[in-house]
Amino acid sequence: MTETIQKINIVIVLAPLLAAIIAGLFGRKIGRAGAHWVTNIGVAISFVLSLVVYNHLVSNGAEAINQSVYTWLISDGIRFEIGFLIDNLTAMMMVVVTFVSLMVHIYTIGYMKDDPGYQRFFSYISLFTFSMLMLVMANNFLQLFFGWEAVGLVSYLLIGFWYKKETAIYANLKAFLVNRVGDFGFLLGIAAVLMYFNTLDYAAVFSNVEMHKDLTASLIPGTEWNVITVICILLFIGAMGKSAQVPLHVWLPDSMEGPTPISALIHAATMVTAGIYMVARMSPLYEYSETALSFVLVIGAITALFMGFLGLIQNDIKRVVAYSTLSQLGYMTVALGASAYAAGIFHLMTHAFFKALLFLAAGSVIIAMHHEQDIRKMGGLKKYLPITWITSLIGSLALIGAPGFAGFYSKDSIIEAVGLSNLPGSGFAYACVLMGVFVTALYSFRMYFLVFHGKERMDEHTRSHLHEPSKVVTVPLILLAIPSVLAGAVMVGDMSFGNYFGEAIFVLPQHDVLAELAKDFDGWFSMIIHGMTMPPFWLALGGVLTAWFLYLVKPELPGKIKANFNWLYTLLDNKYYADIFNDWFFAGGTRGIGRNLWQFGDVKIIDGFMVNGTARTIGWFSSMIRHVQSGYLYHYAFAMIFGLLLLFGLFVLD
Amino acid sequence: MIALADYLTVGAILFCLSMAGVFINRKNVIILLMCVELMLLAVNMNFIAFSHFLGDISGQVFVFFILTVAAAEAAIGLAILVVLFRNKRTINVDDLDTLKG
Repeated sequence: MTETIQKINIVIVLAPLLAAIIAGLFGRKIGRAGAHWVTNIGVAISFVLSLVVYNHLVSNGAEAINQSVYTWLISDGIRFEIGFLIDNLTAMMMVVVTFVSLMVHIYTIGYMKDDPGYQRFFSYISLFTFSMLMLVMANNFLQLFFGWEAVGLVSYLLIGFWYKKETAIYANLKAFLVNRVGDFGFLLGIAAVLMYFNTLDYAAVFSNVEMHKDLTASLIPGTEWNVITVICILLFIGAMGKSAQVPLHVWLPDSMEGPTPISALIHAATMVTAGIYMVARMSPLYEYSETALSFVLVIGAITALFMGFLGLIQNDIKRVVAYSTLSQLGYMTVALGASAYAAGIFHLMTHAFFKALLFLAAGSVIIAMHHEQDIRKMGGLKKYLPITWITSLIGSLALIGAPGFAGFYSKDSIIEAVGLSNLPGSGFAYACVLMGVFVTALYSFRMYFLVFHGKERMDEHTRSHLHEPSKVVTVPLILLAIPSVLAGAVMVGDMSFGNYFGEAIFVLPQHDVLAELAKDFDGWFSMIIHGMTMPPFWLALGGVLTAWFLYLVKPELPGKIKANFNWLYTLLDNKYYADIFNDWFFAGGTRGIGRNLWQFGDVKIIDGFMVNGTARTIGWFSSMIRHVQSGYLYHYAFAMIFGLLLLFGLFVLD
Repeated sequence: MIALADYLTVGAILFCLSMAGVFINRKNVIILLMCVELMLLAVNMNFIAFSHFLGDISGQVFVFFILTVAAAEAAIGLAILVVLFRNKRTINVDDLDTLKG
């Protein structure tokens, strides 16, 4: 059986790759329908086989599989391999990735139907699925890095999919550059692992962590740094780039320039959660460094709360969802910091469903509105788009953590886990995530009310054309709405509080906040009852009611608040000046350094002094020397005689 | 009895005269050529003196050769000079500075 599964794993990875190659290279030959069929089938094969693997591992409780597929090279005793580590964590990620990917593939048929780059788009998203699977299925750091960069590349390609759009080009370059900053840390982290553990294989590294836990290195002479802490923080910097944590969050809102399906797939459900997955996978490392955990905790908390605030004032429907993604990624990071890895991964899963749902619903609204994205020009869409409306409502409820919906279980697990954590910074993080609940509810329902309820603010032409998009759009919405409701209740017992992940996630007993919580856990239903009495529920309710009051009952009030707190609005509207600061400090600074190096280093020193300087010196020297060559024979004769005398003189004197 | 040193002194004086001729003369290439011939003669003088005092005949044989070559050289040198004059219309040494760097 294990052997069969090993073969299946290879097929899972290669099916989307093959589909991507066919759609990409032979797109013109197979036509538009051919492209979407081949890629949809490729991903569907992956999804079905992922279910088989999932069933084998999780339901039948088989042993984790650690298979080596191909040895790329062996250098100095270190093996660089391609291999798969399939345990419960991987299996779950595979199912989530392939499921959301499949939904997005189907949805894309409707969303992109008039786009000239149809085949190219399908090729890219299939390639993305391949890369993401390589990332989550890796059994070594090298392959992890390959997947990491490959998803980054496809993300870059897809943000700039409409490459004639100025803003899209700017956004994809920005995403690429910001991710390079994170990847630099990530690469250094991997290099540090290789240096101290002498292997890149997960299993070998993790089994040696305890031996290395007191190892120190002096990075700056005179200071001692714990090696594990350094490795963890460096790896987390990579996660900060990929999962858009403060201060490397700036690329994610701009990535909304890409087509909506990829916003759902890459920039909400899967790629941006790669950082979360990576940290959870590295839990045996992180557990031995409280400093790194505290760092993760605080960064996550800042992201969770402060990115939520930004969602409050956005008017672009996709940007609201983007900021909510940032904030939710912050929640997952907080969970990782609090050693509640399982809760973080659980939230990753539920979030993948409901955020993909929200994005695809937003896309559906955008199609219906003829590519209008400003929520101030929408309103009252409920009666025109019933399916989009109800699925959006489900998605929003799941997002704010309404009891019973998927988000409730994962988010409540995280909040309570943080409350129990006693790492430095956990108090701050707890306050942030609690406040974050109110903010989440406020911005989610602000958007929901502005889009689906209230006055119809669109123009007459758009209104007369409003209708529900075709089945390929609505069916994925419905299919995603189902796990958005149910996934929480079904999985919470196992995932958050059970031993679902087994060996895949390692938690030291003194950090194990989830085990603490598990003592009080008795079933999903009582968790709902318990949740009703806890502050997050009331905060979420407060947020919804505030949104209802502000945007439905008294729609003129937000304007007044804005006028009275103009400084606050300006601060939020400029996104805490992060973009401006980056533009000025990093981009401007880099350009300044470059200009100085060019004009001083290159033009003056290298060209002016070294290259042309050498030539000039030789020229000057020879212009002096040439005076010796007078052209008169008697000068030459004199020189000869004089030299002869000199030599004779020396000869005689000797 | 005339000593070897006297012959050598005469040779040296001849050589110095010719050298001075080469350096001081700024006008005429023919004088230059004559100075060069004189240098050869100075050398010949030394050869003969040594040959006589060492009792070795080969020095005098050398002198014959040198005289022959010098004659040939003078002929060629004058021929070149004629061609030079035809082309440049001058044999003034100061005007012949095409080798100047």
